[in-house]
Amino acid sequence: MGEKVLMKGNEALAEAAIQAGCRYFFGYPITPQNEIPEYMSRRLPEVGGVYLQAESEVASINMVFGGAGTGERVMTSSSSPGISLMSEGISYIAGAELPCVIMNIVRGGPGLGGILPAQSDYFQATRGGGHGDYRLLVLAPSTLQEAVDLTMEAFDLAEIYRNPVMILGDGFMGQMMEAVEFKPAPERKLPDKRDRAVGYRARRGKRALVKSLYLDPAALEAHNMKLKAKYDLMADRETRHESYLVDDAEYVVAAYGTTARIARSAVRLLRDEGIAAGMVRPITVFPFPYAPFQNLGSQVKEVLAVEMSCGQMIDDVRIGVAGKVPVSFFGRVGGVAPTVDEIAEAVRRLRKS
Amino acid sequence: MYLWMAKGRVKVFEGRCKSCGLCVAACPMKVLRISERINDKGYRPAEQFKEGCIACKMCAVTCPDVAIEVFRIDEV
Amino acid sequence: MKEVRIFERPRSMADVTTHYCPGCTHGIAHRLVAEVIDELGIQETTVGVAPVGCAVFIYNYIDTDMYEAAHGRGPAVATACKRIRPDLTVFTYQGDGDLASIGLAEVAHAANRGENITVIFINNAIYGMTGGQMAPTTLLGQKATTCPLGREAKVNGYPMRVAEMLATLAAPGYIARVSVAKPKFILEAKKAVRKAFETQIAGKGFSLVEILSTCPTNWGMLPVEATDWLVEKMIPFYPLGEFKVPE
Repeated sequence: MGEKVLMKGNEALAEAAIQAGCRYFFGYPITPQNEIPEYMSRRLPEVGGVYLQAESEVASINMVFGGAGTGERVMTSSSSPGISLMSEGISYIAGAELPCVIMNIVRGGPGLGGILPAQSDYFQATRGGGHGDYRLLVLAPSTLQEAVDLTMEAFDLAEIYRNPVMILGDGFMGQMMEAVEFKPAPERKLPDKRDRAVGYRARRGKRALVKSLYLDPAALEAHNMKLKAKYDLMADRETRHESYLVDDAEYVVAAYGTTARIARSAVRLLRDEGIAAGMVRPITVFPFPYAPFQNLGSQVKEVLAVEMSCGQMIDDVRIGVAGKVPVSFFGRVGGVAPTVDEIAEAVRRLRKS
Repeated sequence: MYLWMAKGRVKVFEGRCKSCGLCVAACPMKVLRISERINDKGYRPAEQFKEGCIACKMCAVTCPDVAIEVFRIDEV
Repeated sequence: MKEVRIFERPRSMADVTTHYCPGCTHGIAHRLVAEVIDELGIQETTVGVAPVGCAVFIYNYIDTDMYEAAHGRGPAVATACKRIRPDLTVFTYQGDGDLASIGLAEVAHAANRGENITVIFINNAIYGMTGGQMAPTTLLGQKATTCPLGREAKVNGYPMRVAEMLATLAAPGYIARVSVAKPKFILEAKKAVRKAFETQIAGKGFSLVEILSTCPTNWGMLPVEATDWLVEKMIPFYPLGEFKVPE
């Protein structure tokens, strides 16, 4: 503890998961996240865990379903096209209320798209992705240190809410190297893993049934309402964001993940020019931090959503801003990241218009 | 001619029977039949209608609804 | 005179009426699994994986810990459960749509990795729950709601022999095909189910029992006719026997 190590993003994520107590990994290769399974295949046997390369993402996520049903800490990782394939299984995991962690190192799409970083799967991550009325708890770190810290917490959150937690990264985060420190997550009261897991029948005196089928509409409605209450509770307790120089800002940039790192530099550049810029950075994208947008000061003239997509998070920003000020958009896509100058220029243009 | 064979009795849990008739076809002694009664699911349950059961269990083995128990009758 | 009960419901089989149609042989296969679980004394430590299809409600009938898997994914679910908890006995129960169609990759790779799990595979040559559509196992000439004139090789290919196909792999420990159409076959089927579970308990790898079964409703036959049809039509194409046994 207290020691900083220089690590590649994907490996830092994998190590954080192991330090958080994850011992079981099921995955399938896809760029740009391959260092996660590679690292896991080396490290997990050393700590008494199991690494298994599945035959597909479809199988991986169903192995996660089976693994999570045992109550142990289980994860998978993938990138956009792979997450699409996993969406069915993620829906079943959410329906059966199983805890697990899914790392999504997003790349450009649609289709096979490209292998370079993107944020074009925001809708997929925050609106469910698979079928049915469910949500993931989605953590969107901006630096490797934050990615490590959030991963350390992710397994606790998954167990507390009995819900899949997604770490929403991007290709930059996976491939860059940075110094990180592995610090234990804040202590939380966790449910007993044996409460609902298979394999503890004798101890519990009652069998475990891991399922998501409710043919009786009243029962399914009750189940859906129970899930909704859980998502509402997440919104109450787990919503996180960072406000940067917002108090006196006239122009507020909304950005998350790697884009927020670039936007931060743009805000600083604009401040140096005497322009009152600031930034709201969602850290959880589900639940989304609507409050900082609802509570923007009266001095704010306009909000600019910046994303590596054609505009997805902007929908949530608009919900938060609720028409009080205009919300405009700047984005680069296809594996291209916006530069500091481009973001700054986009803000300057707002002033002129 | 079956003197050396065991004697048995078939008990059909009538509420469970779906009248499929597999037990009737399986019985080598032809002591089972579909009855005229109607159970609460609307099926006519199988019944043992005459003596001659040899406790071979074939009816129970083939019953998809586990609706049959078989007893062997021992002379004490 | 004294009466001795010589056949009763296995303890691992819940005391409820199944939702299966009259004469459907799923119930027989369920009972064989429950009897084997009882005989091996593993009710407390067994985990089942239910399929999507008619047998999804197997968890209402077999009283062990259970998962309900997505369509075809049972072997992946079972793989992880068994890898994490090798002390448990893990089985999947899958129909021919679940296993031979949508879930072919999962079962083939679980078999190829030699996952130490048991697969009970019900082959009734048709989709039951959805109403009698063609399955990969539907016989040539057999009518189904999606091949109303009968399955034709030119259009739909040939029925798939799953047991033989998986028996070409090196890893599986035990692969057999049995039937529950007549009492004599049921007694053999019971032995195979028991061997499959014993293979797993001995740590000898993947085991699969393909069980030829009837679907009187969707075949459009009376239950007894269906068992005759199975014997006359299915067994010649799907020969019974053991294709792989543990060394």
